Amino acid sequence: MLKISNLHATVGETEILKGLSLELNPGEIHAIMGPNGAGKSTLAYALGGRPGYEVTKGSASFDGTDLLDIDPHERAAAGLFLGFQYPVEIPGVSNLQFLRESLNSQRKERGEKELSGAEFIRLAKEKAALLKMDMDMLKRAVNVGFSGGEKKRNEMVQMGILDPKLAILDETDSGLDIDALRIVGSGINAIMRKPDKAVLLITHYQRLLDEVKPDFVHVLADGRIVKTGGPELALQLENEGYEAIAEAA
Amino acid sequence: MTLAQTLPTKADEAWRYADLKAVESVWQAVDMPESVVVAAGQSEQKTLILETGEAQIRQLHIVLEEGARVDVACLAAAPGYGRVEIDIDVASGAHFEMGGAIVGADDQTLEIVTRVNHHAPDATSNQVVRSVLAGKATGSFLGKIDIARDAQRIDAEQSVKSMLLNRGATANAKPELEIYADDVKCAHGATVGELDKQALFYMASRGLDPVTAKRLMLHAFVADAFVDVDGETSAVEEQALAALEALL
Ligand SMILES: Nc1ncnc2c1ncn2[C@@H]1O[C@H](COP(=O)(O)OP(=O)(O)OP(=O)(O)O)[C@@H](O)[C@H]1O
Ligand SMILES: [Mg+2]
Repeated sequence: MLKISNLHATVGETEILKGLSLELNPGEIHAIMGPNGAGKSTLAYALGGRPGYEVTKGSASFDGTDLLDIDPHERAAAGLFLGFQYPVEIPGVSNLQFLRESLNSQRKERGEKELSGAEFIRLAKEKAALLKMDMDMLKRAVNVGFSGGEKKRNEMVQMGILDPKLAILDETDSGLDIDALRIVGSGINAIMRKPDKAVLLITHYQRLLDEVKPDFVHVLADGRIVKTGGPELALQLENEGYEAIAEAA
Repeated sequence: MTLAQTLPTKADEAWRYADLKAVESVWQAVDMPESVVVAAGQSEQKTLILETGEAQIRQLHIVLEEGARVDVACLAAAPGYGRVEIDIDVASGAHFEMGGAIVGADDQTLEIVTRVNHHAPDATSNQVVRSVLAGKATGSFLGKIDIARDAQRIDAEQSVKSMLLNRGATANAKPELEIYADDVKCAHGATVGELDKQALFYMASRGLDPVTAKRLMLHAFVADAFVDVDGETSAVEEQALAALEALL
């Protein structure tokens, strides 16, 4: 589904990703762990097409499409979803309006029929309920005045509504309280654990991986994947830390 | 700012950002200032829209009697030069509310110029101006507030925000406060910014095409200046949004 080969990316003048390769097949959940500053968010942004994150070498193909060759909104329409480590506030634009326009913009791009207001509201209610989010929050401006945890939960409501094929979730667990973590974890499972979908979970903590069980765990250090294993690798990291494992690799 | 009788020059403070060539071309044809008196305790709404005509100057002189209120909504989006001038006397207990939008591109020069004369105590005024400027357009707001010595307990606010879509565009915001009373509240703020790039990427990451993303943000920005009427977007706001379409 996603095939990243020898990806190099720079931010400003600095090379952050230094030859990263990774492959995700349909039905798989992968976790990426790694020290602060290793380049995890940079990987997410480079795949999402954020301006300023320049891919200088390598490739990334998504269901056969050259991801790096299309615009960010086209990547979304192709089925890519980015859960932000720091979701952005958009004053004056309501969540519902934003999501309805986004979904319809995607559908138009794919040549599908746009959703009516009533159809959209039904969908939004269903996904908000799945994440136990109050509909009133969806009427408010996007992320404005939301607490850190509410922002993360809102990311998952958005994911539910947009129903992507591939989700890259950047520290969606950080900032969530214990109950919220469970709700978000089961939300991710409900929305994304399907034979034709895949997830790349970026996280620092085992707690999320207890909820959303990964098939593979990768360690990203200094711009590369330095080690890959099964779920047990996350436990080993939690016990031993990155340094020992990155050195041994 | 008594409305000028003779052709203004750059030396006239209230005309410093004007396109004086355009002003000269229409000076003879400018209508006399429109006069509005809102009687004690009454309220009125006024709408001023400049969106056609190469050069247009509209002047409004309002007198608010005791306890009166006026709500002015204006839009400056004339294709060449457009200027809205409002000169208002506010009696005690009265309220002046103004929402204005400036929407310009190309070589447009657009301005909203107000003078609020608080000559009596216990009155309020609130002015909100939002400008969106592209191309080489210039948008200016000059807002003079005079508060006389006896006009105590005045609350006069101005909020002016401009959004520049190109490097060639210019926004001017010039508050001018002349306050002779000592017990007054005068909050004024002016900012100039650009579209938030982080928000644009966030929106794109959800699948919004760039034009729709920009439209959503600019609509939200301009909407600050206007209030809905009976739950519906006001006519002047609709016109402002239509003018924005040309900038996307
Ligand atoms: N604009 C920039 N200019 C230069 N360096 C940058 C810029 N933005 C990010 N970096 C650097 O890129 C490196 C990778 O950052 P990134 O956000 O990808 O790390 P991360 O693995 O997500 O870390 P964390 O676990 O803390 O979220 C960091 O060293 C960071 O300082
Ligand atoms: Mg990060």
